[in-house]
Amino acid sequence: MRVVARLYRVPLPTLAIASLVLMTVALTLVFYVAPNDANQGFSQRIFYFHVSIAFTAYACFAAGAWKALLHLWKRDPRADLESYVAVHQGVIFGTLVLLTGSIWAKISWGHWWLWGEDELVLFLVLFLFYCAYFMLRFSVDLGPQRANLSAVYALFGVVLIPVSFLAIRIAKSFVHPEVFTLHGPNFGGWILVTYCVAQAALLLFAHTLYRVELAGKRLDARLRELRLA
Amino acid sequence: MTTAEKYVTAAYCVVFAGVLVYVVLIALKLQRLEREVDELEHREPKPAEDERETVSVG
Repeated sequence: MRVVARLYRVPLPTLAIASLVLMTVALTLVFYVAPNDANQGFSQRIFYFHVSIAFTAYACFAAGAWKALLHLWKRDPRADLESYVAVHQGVIFGTLVLLTGSIWAKISWGHWWLWGEDELVLFLVLFLFYCAYFMLRFSVDLGPQRANLSAVYALFGVVLIPVSFLAIRIAKSFVHPEVFTLHGPNFGGWILVTYCVAQAALLLFAHTLYRVELAGKRLDARLRELRLA
Repeated sequence: MTTAEKYVTAAYCVVFAGVLVYVVLIALKLQRLEREVDELEHREPKPAEDERETVSVG
């Protein structure tokens, strides 16, 4: 929590440059340093961004639910907009997870999509659940009712995150690789370093985009108020 | 280029394109908001309404 609070104090241009640098380092590690996987070969390199983007999407949905809770619990006036922006980011990263996952599935399993895979289907359910969030939000007029309904919906969705994450461990047919076990990650060395850098880069990048989008949304809301005044 | 390399390139291009579209959309929106702020700043203030009560004459 303190790390996130400190991130809010960092000026936006500094944050943008830092995420760009970290992203460049991550891409360099992915393509020039990380070794080829013994089983999957070169195609395993999709893993570094696919898994990092998936965790970033989970983090965005969790942040959206946390802000929704703050809205319902403490009636924080900024929380509704923050929750909305976090869910929006989660859906964007979710789209990227599905697209990169499909490409990886095609090269590894020979199929773009497998309906029998719990991990894939549950992530799709989570993604569609949060897509429906926008339909609900924009079907209600602007005001406290919209904020309250959106907050309750975003809060319910957070239950799907552990279900989606644990699905692969519950399922018995392990087509989808299990990279994180109870004993830690299933890899080490440069693969672990590259993954950690890619994960940090994507989280920082997501936070930067979140700050930019939130600033825009706040300005938009203020302009609407000024026009009505 | 091998098949694996093509797929990996495609995956990273999808991520890059997705992020690029998102950033461009945010930039366009911020540009529009900036323009609207400028318009509001340069808008002439409304003339003060006459507060006297109107009465019929004659």
